[in-house]
Amino acid sequence: MNVSEPMIAIESVSKLFGSVRAVDDVSLDIARNEFFAILGASGSGKTTLLRILAGFEIPTTGEIFVDGESVAEVLPNRRPTNMVFQSYAIFPHLNVAENIGYGLLNKGLSKTEIASEVDQMLQMIRLHGYGSRAAHQLSGGERQRVALARALVCKPKVLLLDEPLGALDKKLREEMQFELRQLQRLVGITFVFVTHDQEEALTMADWIAVMSKGKIIQVDTPSRLYERPKAREVAEFIGNINLLPGTVRHIDGHVVVDAGKIGEFQVPLGDRVVSPGDTVTLAVRPEKLTLRSERPGSGFNALRGRLTAESYAGDRSFYLVEVPELGKEIKVVDLNEASSADRAAVSGDDQVWVAWPVESGLLLTG
Amino acid sequence: MMRQGKIRGLVPVILGIYIFILYGPVLLLPLFSFNDNIYMTFPIRDLTLKWYGQMIEEKAMITALWASVKVTAAIASTIFGFMSAKAMVTYKIVGKGYVLALIMVPLVVPSIILGASLLSFFRQFLDVELTLWTVALAYTLISTPFSLLVIMARLEGFDRSLEEASADLGMSAWQTFRRVTLPLAMPGVLASLLLSFMVSFDEFMLAFFLSSNQATLPVYMYGLLRFPDFLPAILALGSCILVVSVALISTAEWLRRGQDKTLH
Repeated sequence: MNVSEPMIAIESVSKLFGSVRAVDDVSLDIARNEFFAILGASGSGKTTLLRILAGFEIPTTGEIFVDGESVAEVLPNRRPTNMVFQSYAIFPHLNVAENIGYGLLNKGLSKTEIASEVDQMLQMIRLHGYGSRAAHQLSGGERQRVALARALVCKPKVLLLDEPLGALDKKLREEMQFELRQLQRLVGITFVFVTHDQEEALTMADWIAVMSKGKIIQVDTPSRLYERPKAREVAEFIGNINLLPGTVRHIDGHVVVDAGKIGEFQVPLGDRVVSPGDTVTLAVRPEKLTLRSERPGSGFNALRGRLTAESYAGDRSFYLVEVPELGKEIKVVDLNEASSADRAAVSGDDQVWVAWPVESGLLLTG
Repeated sequence: MMRQGKIRGLVPVILGIYIFILYGPVLLLPLFSFNDNIYMTFPIRDLTLKWYGQMIEEKAMITALWASVKVTAAIASTIFGFMSAKAMVTYKIVGKGYVLALIMVPLVVPSIILGASLLSFFRQFLDVELTLWTVALAYTLISTPFSLLVIMARLEGFDRSLEEASADLGMSAWQTFRRVTLPLAMPGVLASLLLSFMVSFDEFMLAFFLSSNQATLPVYMYGLLRFPDFLPAILALGSCILVVSVALISTAEWLRRGQDKTLH
């Protein structure tokens, strides 16, 4: 077994439902022992892709390899993958121990062997002594842990999780994010999880694939997805971002973007290929912006607007700056770490300058 | 407000009249079955159990014989009902509504028409002798809609991912059926068995047409109604059927409702 070989290799997989391309020519490698997220809005095809990995859907075209073996047409019960369902799918007619031991019934183990494996799992998910409880006596968080244990006891090569935290309330969700992360490190199994929650993906995953309309539009680490989105769709989907449409004026070291009436801005080229006259979008995250009472000097971009809303949230403050020529408001987030003289000077319905260092702008094409 | 209050006061009265009209005549049956008189007239003379004794002597044989036929029909209709319910719930079937309607047809076709057409079908078209088993077939036909409805309601109630989870955990389709689908559907299956047994048990028209010289209980009772001497025994028999019917239907309903507890 080649360790450098990916655990999962998806090769030009498409899935059609009638004439709808739920998954459209997706190719993707997922490395061993990785916590991998597939992120997308509903209808993006992310759940279909996961169900293809589990074997509940057969891809219309394409190949899938798990640990080097082709599985595209292997039935779910013969795959080295196990799944945690969105609803958790805890068997209502079985108790907790029977639920967890379910996947072992077929493996030729004795009753005592099954019982001891189940016991170990109960220890791991910190539900020791819960074995004889009925499924309906469990809370949401407990059900999720039972579902995890029931899948992990089968020692899969890949654990698939469909919106694993979707059914939990906010506080529990935040706790479980850490727990899932720790559990993945502990068991050393490749986790592939599907979510529509960008924050969940950013905090938990090592790598994220962003899906939209059946296609994967970017696969990257959380920080690169956030800092260097390749497409406007990714930039808009992950976090907040301000977008300024314009055309390329000229390129000298930086790209100079002509944004019409609101002015001219500089932006690093990055790995883009553009030429003068191209339509582009300049993107900048709210927390990279600062409010100033005077126009900053060189090395900064700035545009003028009117401060229309301000809200204080303890560790940070949110501002909205109306720029009439842009037709929309610019979002500014200020992390309240130091009291800046500039900020103090801004008040009420003042005219302000929104400024950002040239280097923190992003050039998006399309 | 006043008017509403008055109407609300009338509710128990209306309810009382309703229940009396609905169940009053039925209750005459058990009442006169204990009466020591062969005529159904008031006043009640003496209370007696002798009609029950007479009934047990004479009718026990028929009851036992036909019970097996009805059980067979109940099992067959439950199997057919289960299979069609599973297909309806699991797959996207083209024209599902029409298929359902087709299975439901015996519910709305008058049983005299069903009986007459089955008779000519069996005798003239297939040219088979009328036996207990031709009746069993007819019973299966009329009970399958009940089985289908009861089991389908049950299957629709549970999460599809339970069966997927079972497959995901290594079980074959048959093992998944045996370990997940069947246990979860069991209350529906039992309710279907009881209901379809009841449907055949009460059935008169089909048995009248199809049972040849071996009369079912209702047909036998119908035959005896002409002789006043037998009336009290028939009342006793009818009372027993009433009690069994109510007990079976109540059990079926109780099982059907039990689903809420096991599903969530």
